[in-house]
Amino acid sequence: MLELSHVHKVYRVGAFGGGRLRAVRDVSLTVEPGEVVSLIGESGSGKSTLGKMVLGLSRPTGGTITFDGTDITTIRGHAARKEYYRRVQGVFQDPFSCFNPIFKADRVFEMIRTSYFPGVSDADWRDRVLAALATVRLDPGNVLGKYPHQLSGGQLQRVLIARALLLDIKLLVADEIISMLDASTRIDVLNLLSDLKERGLGILFVTHDLSLGNYVSDKSVILRKGAVAEMGPTLRVFENPLHPYSRHLLSCVPQLHRTWAEVDAELAANPPEDVVLPVAADEESAPLLEVEEGHFVGIDQG
Amino acid sequence: MTLRVNDLKVYYQTLRGDVHALDGVTFDLADGEIMGLAGESGCGKTTLGKSLIRLDSRMRHVGGTIDLDGKDVPIADDDAMVPLRYHEISLIPQYAMSALNPTRKIGRMINELLRSRGVRPADISQELTRRLELVGLDADVLNRFPIELSGGMKQRVVMVMATLLNPSLLIADEVTSALDVSTQRSVAESLVEFRDREYVKSMVFVTHDISLVYQMADTIMVMYAGRIAEKAPAKTIINAPRHPYTQMLISALPEVGSTMEQGRLEGIPGTPPGLLNPPTGCRFKDRCPMAFSKCSEQPPLLEIEPGHWAACWKTG
Repeated sequence: MLELSHVHKVYRVGAFGGGRLRAVRDVSLTVEPGEVVSLIGESGSGKSTLGKMVLGLSRPTGGTITFDGTDITTIRGHAARKEYYRRVQGVFQDPFSCFNPIFKADRVFEMIRTSYFPGVSDADWRDRVLAALATVRLDPGNVLGKYPHQLSGGQLQRVLIARALLLDIKLLVADEIISMLDASTRIDVLNLLSDLKERGLGILFVTHDLSLGNYVSDKSVILRKGAVAEMGPTLRVFENPLHPYSRHLLSCVPQLHRTWAEVDAELAANPPEDVVLPVAADEESAPLLEVEEGHFVGIDQG
Repeated sequence: MTLRVNDLKVYYQTLRGDVHALDGVTFDLADGEIMGLAGESGCGKTTLGKSLIRLDSRMRHVGGTIDLDGKDVPIADDDAMVPLRYHEISLIPQYAMSALNPTRKIGRMINELLRSRGVRPADISQELTRRLELVGLDADVLNRFPIELSGGMKQRVVMVMATLLNPSLLIADEVTSALDVSTQRSVAESLVEFRDREYVKSMVFVTHDISLVYQMADTIMVMYAGRIAEKAPAKTIINAPRHPYTQMLISALPEVGSTMEQGRLEGIPGTPPGLLNPPTGCRFKDRCPMAFSKCSEQPPLLEIEPGHWAACWKTG
């Protein structure tokens, strides 16, 4: 459904735009309907840039992004872009800043109606809103007619997801959507994502938290400095990390039932086998090597 | 016993009335103890951290006492607190990134800070270099501006600054929340190292990340709606929590290695009560699956086994 092929993004930096910053380097990946793909990386890994390019908020400098067969960089004009956003929507990290505090929170639903469904009758629209709220497991009485400050972060985040569901979306780009939520509500939003997955929605889940990436996703992509370090089925990536960077990252994640010392001792006792990493021919490319079926490792960037 | 907090009550004054952010908090902190302070946002954990060092203009000390090394900490008297701050009690703030003055080089800022506390920078400069090396920073950072350092480096500079005079008590408020996982680990490990070398006697580590606090803390205290729910050694809190809130909180955390297929985790339904007019009795009762009639009375914080405290009628 969504296909990224050798996507690059180079930003101009510095006072006169003379410097170059390679934010995304030769990334190829796909998202199928009903599949959750996690983009995992530390700050500066290019994960959010990838999300922005898929949403059309920023243009790739090289490579193509195709959605259902159309190259999204060729989408021009207001009407065509609107059609694209009917099928692809994003939800972002900070739910509090996505709402205008002057208006009631459910205004976001009304705005979808005026721009996409002007012909729908009031009663019909109300049913749709209630159905969307039921999907995100919100009680309409608790959120409709309330101002943003009266709702919690988890509720606001779910209102935004419900807003996206009012459209006939095929792909949801979820950029760090739970990092600002409390531990007790985080899991509800994660469970919601997996319910949506059951309904055939493709989700690009951008996160810096490895345990969250693991919980929801079918496929994990670990990014480093803009290039893919490791990509594969989530279980394989987490059980058998091949790239030295993924191993290092996994050993640093605080775990609930094991301390860092225990993890280190375990690693020292059974050192994992080294894998031959692919070598990049030049500064621009970042080839992947298939080690197991569907499980790729990327270049070594020191 | 380093720190003894007894029935501490701190309210925020607002136009609509007092917000009972800390409502009777009692706990002890032993010498060399690192205590993790965990809870949802709005449970009062940052307020507790701040109450141990400085009340801002909206906060009012309503009752209770704080003892540090056997001496009373006059928290309500801002002037009397001045000699204690930095020498005895020190704080690493939540956003260390923005705690540094962007117009000063790091070295000059540290010297100014020391002079303002009546310490000659020359007496300490050797120790300063040694500690910077300990956290993996070159002494060269002293000649740099904050903008030249990465987030993790800034965090470590602030850590060294805050502990330079060997305070008895260090309050670390969400110090690793803004860092990447690998930097997070090295900062957390440096904090433990500081305790092991007795640069700080004991530490309160405020965080919302229970799995991180488990890595480094000796004990964990879980707060809920301005009160203590449970305090116990870190292993006990994770493996055998007794308070229903702690149990639900721990079971809601996804782990590395757990996936949706292996079992769906459940969150805690409902939201914490507002603290403007807090409910009577146990504050968790509305969300608690085990609530019964007795919960309309406030449960006392009892020691159910040595070192394990919980405030719940079902555990007492």
